[in-house]
Amino acid sequence: MTDTNRNHDNDGAEGPDRVIGTPSSAAGSRVIADNPQGDASQEGAYSPEETHTRPEELQRKGERTAAMWFTLAFLGGVGFLVSYFLFPPDAEGHPSIASPLIGQWSNMLMGGTLALSLFGIAAGMTVWARQIMPHYEVANDYDELPSPPEEKSSFSDFFMRGADESGFTKRPLMRRTLLLAMAPLGLAPIVLLRDTGPLPRDTLRHTLWEPGMHMVVEGAARHGEEGWIHEDDLTPGGMISALPYVEPDAEHPHGLSLNDQAQTVILLIKMHEREFSEEMTREQRNWTHNGIVAYSKICTHVGCPAALYESESHRILCPCHQSTFDATNGAKVVFGPANRPLPMLPITVDEEGYLVADGDFSEPVGPTFWDAQRGK
Amino acid sequence: MTRTTQAPKALRNAGNYIDDRFHLAKTGKKQLGKVFPNHWSFMLGEIALYSFIILLVTGVFLTLWFKPSMAEIVYDGAYEPMQGVTMSEAYASTLYINFEVRGGMLIRQIHHWAALIFLAAMLIHMLRVFFTGAFRKPREINWLIGIALFALAMVEGLFGYSLPDDLPSGMGVRILQGVMMALPIVGPYASMFLFGGAFPGEDIIPRLYMLHILLIPGILLALVGAHILILWHQKHTQYPGKGHTEKRVVGTPMLPAFAVKGGAFFFFVFAVITALSGFVQINPIHLFGPFTPTSITSGLQPDWYMGFMEGSLRIFPNWFDIDVAGYSIPTAVLVPGLVVPGLVFGAMALWPFVEAWISGDRRHHNVADRPRNAPVRTGMGVAGITFYGLLWMAGSNDILSETFSISLYATTWFFRITVIVGPIIGFIIAKRACLGLQRRDREQLEHGYESGTIQQLPSGEFIEVHKESSEDVVHVLESKEPVSRIDVRALDENGVEAPSSRGLMGRLRLRLAEWYTRDNVSFEGVEPHTGHHLRHGAHGEDNLSPQDREEAATT
Ligand code: HEM
Ligand code: FES
Repeated sequence: MTDTNRNHDNDGAEGPDRVIGTPSSAAGSRVIADNPQGDASQEGAYSPEETHTRPEELQRKGERTAAMWFTLAFLGGVGFLVSYFLFPPDAEGHPSIASPLIGQWSNMLMGGTLALSLFGIAAGMTVWARQIMPHYEVANDYDELPSPPEEKSSFSDFFMRGADESGFTKRPLMRRTLLLAMAPLGLAPIVLLRDTGPLPRDTLRHTLWEPGMHMVVEGAARHGEEGWIHEDDLTPGGMISALPYVEPDAEHPHGLSLNDQAQTVILLIKMHEREFSEEMTREQRNWTHNGIVAYSKICTHVGCPAALYESESHRILCPCHQSTFDATNGAKVVFGPANRPLPMLPITVDEEGYLVADGDFSEPVGPTFWDAQRGK
Repeated sequence: MTRTTQAPKALRNAGNYIDDRFHLAKTGKKQLGKVFPNHWSFMLGEIALYSFIILLVTGVFLTLWFKPSMAEIVYDGAYEPMQGVTMSEAYASTLYINFEVRGGMLIRQIHHWAALIFLAAMLIHMLRVFFTGAFRKPREINWLIGIALFALAMVEGLFGYSLPDDLPSGMGVRILQGVMMALPIVGPYASMFLFGGAFPGEDIIPRLYMLHILLIPGILLALVGAHILILWHQKHTQYPGKGHTEKRVVGTPMLPAFAVKGGAFFFFVFAVITALSGFVQINPIHLFGPFTPTSITSGLQPDWYMGFMEGSLRIFPNWFDIDVAGYSIPTAVLVPGLVVPGLVFGAMALWPFVEAWISGDRRHHNVADRPRNAPVRTGMGVAGITFYGLLWMAGSNDILSETFSISLYATTWFFRITVIVGPIIGFIIAKRACLGLQRRDREQLEHGYESGTIQQLPSGEFIEVHKESSEDVVHVLESKEPVSRIDVRALDENGVEAPSSRGLMGRLRLRLAEWYTRDNVSFEGVEPHTGHHLRHGAHGEDNLSPQDREEAATT
């Protein structure tokens, strides 16, 4: 085949091009071969019409300018090394950059010197290209991309003969069983993903909250009874972000795991009972205590903490996408993208007036999923 | 000038060693003579490439100290304000990079700035390719690779942003998890599997780490490689100009000029990113504190490239949520989380094929279009930018509301409306502007450019003297081709309507072709500098000869 001959010369570097499945560029290489570039009598790499040499003075000036930039770059580079060693740890091995101010200085010095060095090289090379090197306007041919029809058909002929000869087309039993054999193998990597995590089952529907559980302020150190939230800790218009109180144990020396925090965190809001909306159901009212309501703090949109509370309008605002919930009315969505109200936590008080949970949330907490409100 | 006639011995030996094994002399000469057309806009892709390289290098340095672990520890490192705080090992190790590794903060900031610039350069590079029609045959595949690169880089950036496990980064992961949960039926399963249980669990950071430093960079690297190989093989497009034809590309050869220019530009990009990282703080995780699922700061902003997603999550209302018998499809999550990015990336991916289908243009294109010469495409591009830009701004509506003291909900409504109306207006304005520019081009082609010199005619009338444009300008102006379109009146040999114009799709195609070409200005028959029959200084519609008007009406 003629094709093979012509391509023989540039097998090497054309290799990668073939990988991407484009036809070989036989036409292009021929043109290059015809160019008179190989002419030994010629000074430059490209033909004189395509090469606009710079005047000698400009070149000489360029050399000086470039050298200046490169020297500057050298100094910058040295400066970088110096600024690295300028901030050693102290005798006890305590890093000096741990102080934010010194850290900032070190960052600025190292960044500044490195940038200077890089910039010097960039500027010097630019001067080199623009003042010393000729300005080129070299023309190349675009390759004729589609192969000539006869090459195409010769290829397809060759391919099909090979395929036929292999028996792949003529032996359907073999072909089909091979494809069949591939199918389970294709599934294997997907099946292997199964153990990346447990099934949801009903874990999404239950949290740690149970009747009688005390509450502590979220974020505060939680030690013993003195941390419990009392009903008198809240005044009308007040809001507390709270978590259930659990004894620290060996597994969770700091109390709740992040997972439990993510599910149990609540907003305790107190208002005058008369401010409750008339739309609130009797059941919802039963879940409140003396004007105090407890809502899940995790937004039902995509799960940010709905942390902002405006006490005059009794609205809870999620700072992520501004879903707004009406605290007087079972945290109904009054604006924004959330799908459903924040779940309510039934609360009451113990004999001493400490707030306790009276059960688990009314609905699954967190981002709404497809069957979150099933069986309600 | 002296000339080094022969390569130095060492170089010759090395060359021979390689050529003896790979047979590269001839191809080597051809490839080193490869021509790169000169235009600033070709540097956008280069910025993207160079920042990618910087990301790979700095990323490797970060892995030396970063610990992808969510195990809870009590910080006792060198950074005093955090001592005694409970946090994950990932966050503690990032503090370690910041405050105990000399230059660590710089590397982190270079990594982050390079990520921001990588994505920005890619986006602007894509816009350049779009508006100049450089995606047309034979370069459609490279266009698709480019879109895949952009989408993957977004994900890569999001995952990287999540690794330090500081407060905003954890919020990003939470939002990702919330969007997954909303998927009908599979959502809770997908989330439980990805997180190894309930949110946040202990697995997500190690998993994101693997994706961030191995899988996605690997794919990105392969795609970048393919992108550049294809580019190398097909060669760049070039802008219209003297001697720039569909068959011949003119520019700077790789050896020696482009190699030096490209090298200089790499150092320049690196220098700018380093200077930014030295002097402009980015993602100060030590100020944000560790992630907890229970707290948040307001005014939280993701990295810029996630802004349009954030914006669509903010403004898409819950009016279309479906709740039936306890089952919910929260469209207010699914549409912004999946449909909007699907639409943005899908529309971009499909456009070259839609355009080729409408115009019936199956030719190879090496000379880029001037955006004005493809008014509908340009209009669509501007509409797309408007859509994306408004969503992006909506992602900061709380900050806008605060800065300009507007009610928060008013900003939401503003964006809800403008996101629909804005692109339409953008399309109309851009298209009109293109047509106006086309008319001006035609006029300039016919009777030169307005020299700014005013002359009084004997009749007393004032005219502006027009001068002949330079040869280069004429080339550029003449590069306008008739916008190609399928032939409406095509009849086959039996005098029957061509099948392409029948049926539902056929008629749709005709309609679109009509829309695509309708009011394009024709340059047919216009000869440079022969415009004596035109009135000087006249503009706009007046310039259309009756014949053109007819054409405008029929095509
Ligand atoms: C290719 C595109 C990449 C992008 C867009 C990207 C983006 C990011 C971003 C935005 C961060 C957060 C930085 C911060 O804390 O402020 C990050 C962190 C990180 N990246 Fe990358 N990255 C890329 C590639 C890589 C590669 C190739 C590696 C390693 C081989 C790497 C290793 C890391 C590590 C270890 C961290 C966590 C340390 C830290 O946050 O300081 N990245 N990345
Ligand atoms: S997470 Fe609360 S509004 Fe989106």
